[in-house]
Amino acid sequence: MFDIKDLYQEVIVDHNRSPRNFGKLENADTTLEGFNPLCGDKLTLYLKTANDKISDIAFDGSGCAISVASASLMTDAMKGKTLDEAETLFNEFHNLVTTDDDYDAELLGKLAALAGVKDYPARVKCASLCWHTLHSALQGDNTPVKTE
Amino acid sequence: MNKPDTANNIINTPATFDIENIRKDFPILNEEVHGKPLVYLDNAATSQKPKQVIETLDAYYRESNSNIHRGVHTLSEKATAIYEKARDKVKEFINADSTKEIVFVRGATEAINLVAQSLGRNTLKAGDEIIITELEHHSNIVPWQILSEQTGAKLNYIPINDAGELILEEYEKLLSDKTRIVAVGHISNALGTINPIKTIIDKAHAVGAKVLVDGAQAVPHTRIDVKELGCDFYVFSGHKLFGPTGIGVLYGKESILESMPPYQGGGDMIQMVTMEKSTYNVLPYKFEAGTPHIAGVIGLGAAIDYVTELGLEAAAQYENELLNYANEQASQVTGLNFVGTAKNKTSILSFTLNGIHPHDIGTILDGEGVAIRAGHHCAMPVMERFNIPATARASFAFYNTRQEVDALIQAIDKCQKVFN
Repeated sequence: MFDIKDLYQEVIVDHNRSPRNFGKLENADTTLEGFNPLCGDKLTLYLKTANDKISDIAFDGSGCAISVASASLMTDAMKGKTLDEAETLFNEFHNLVTTDDDYDAELLGKLAALAGVKDYPARVKCASLCWHTLHSALQGDNTPVKTE
Repeated sequence: MNKPDTANNIINTPATFDIENIRKDFPILNEEVHGKPLVYLDNAATSQKPKQVIETLDAYYRESNSNIHRGVHTLSEKATAIYEKARDKVKEFINADSTKEIVFVRGATEAINLVAQSLGRNTLKAGDEIIITELEHHSNIVPWQILSEQTGAKLNYIPINDAGELILEEYEKLLSDKTRIVAVGHISNALGTINPIKTIIDKAHAVGAKVLVDGAQAVPHTRIDVKELGCDFYVFSGHKLFGPTGIGVLYGKESILESMPPYQGGGDMIQMVTMEKSTYNVLPYKFEAGTPHIAGVIGLGAAIDYVTELGLEAAAQYENELLNYANEQASQVTGLNFVGTAKNKTSILSFTLNGIHPHDIGTILDGEGVAIRAGHHCAMPVMERFNIPATARASFAFYNTRQEVDALIQAIDKCQKVFN
């Protein structure tokens, strides 16, 4: 039975209304922009790493509830993660929003709330923009990210 | 933002406008989306097709499919005859002087590119000027930007005011003896503003500039008379006029088209080809290289027959009344802001909701069966002008009803419930 609340779960509505880690991070060592040319969503990701760990992370920009909530949840989940853990989480999130395969609910935690996105092909990019931006930033790529 | 002016439009539904029977002509309107009746309010993106068009396409492929302008066999003659008959219908529909002035292209976009490249690239030089507007669809911006890069001609934009209307005083300041081309949309796809194109055309001609009118949004809603307008080019797409996708029309004044070199080379656009050189075909074939979208042209002919029989004036009157009703209903929704409040506008309700992004509106409305467009509407400069990333846009056709407007309003209410 179709229910729009499968997509707009309470966690997503909450993180859209009050995004965590929102705002410019002073002294960030990496700043990267992400842009979705299809819908105009824009975000900037700020990152601090130390000892192969994400010591601090924040974002700002404008976008739909899915993209804002995804960035808010992602930044929450990424704080304190090692770069290897970040890569694992990136892959697991990608699996969550693009495939019907089982996902690691424990690893994803609150991020699992974005599972509904896979039923909305046009919205997958909204959820994944911040992730691709982070992925590029961690790889040391400094060209702004575009979801095509 | 202000509420739109609803006082200037017509109040009464024409007695002859039989909406129930009209809806029966559009089979897709019986579809369901997520278990709810489809409420199709994305007509500015593309319109639905009446069974008269669908059946014409079907009959063409079943009974007349053949290449045109070549065969001596019966089928080819049959296909050629209905293809050329459709050209005649287009000529009558926009009141052109001759079928030589009707060039079939893929759509309004290709028509604009054709004019920019064939006319523009061959006649413009550095120091010349092109004028377009802040309201344009990307299809009436990018071809001119490319031309500007190629020739060194300067591209100027007529600005818009807070209601989404062109500021004509600024247009007059931009006009000069350097102005070569003025390209302007008849009706804005993002906001629904009807531009005063007759005035724009006359002022451009007074300085010797050529004028192209992008009529993609206008042909489904207004009767077009190119002679009365006096424009040099008028372009539109078939799919917004209840016809097939992939077919469009470039109208150009014969003398100007005659002076322009071909846009593409290939079969059908030549008279004689030797290994040294070729001589080109007469108008309009000079601009129709290759096997055209024959079925599309024939389907467009059927669409023109359909709207002609329906009566575009009566349809426009009905749509105006529907827009007024939608404006009234929407103005009662708390937190809804109208984007584009021109006095003279048609069939488009562009809006934002406080605290809810247009893409989320689009998805939630879809869940209620209501199809709208959410985004920048291929008019990013308009969004920039209003300092918003996107809008939600409901766009109406003559087959929409008050009940569908009510469904839209209820779905908007659902959006607010999801987010609050």
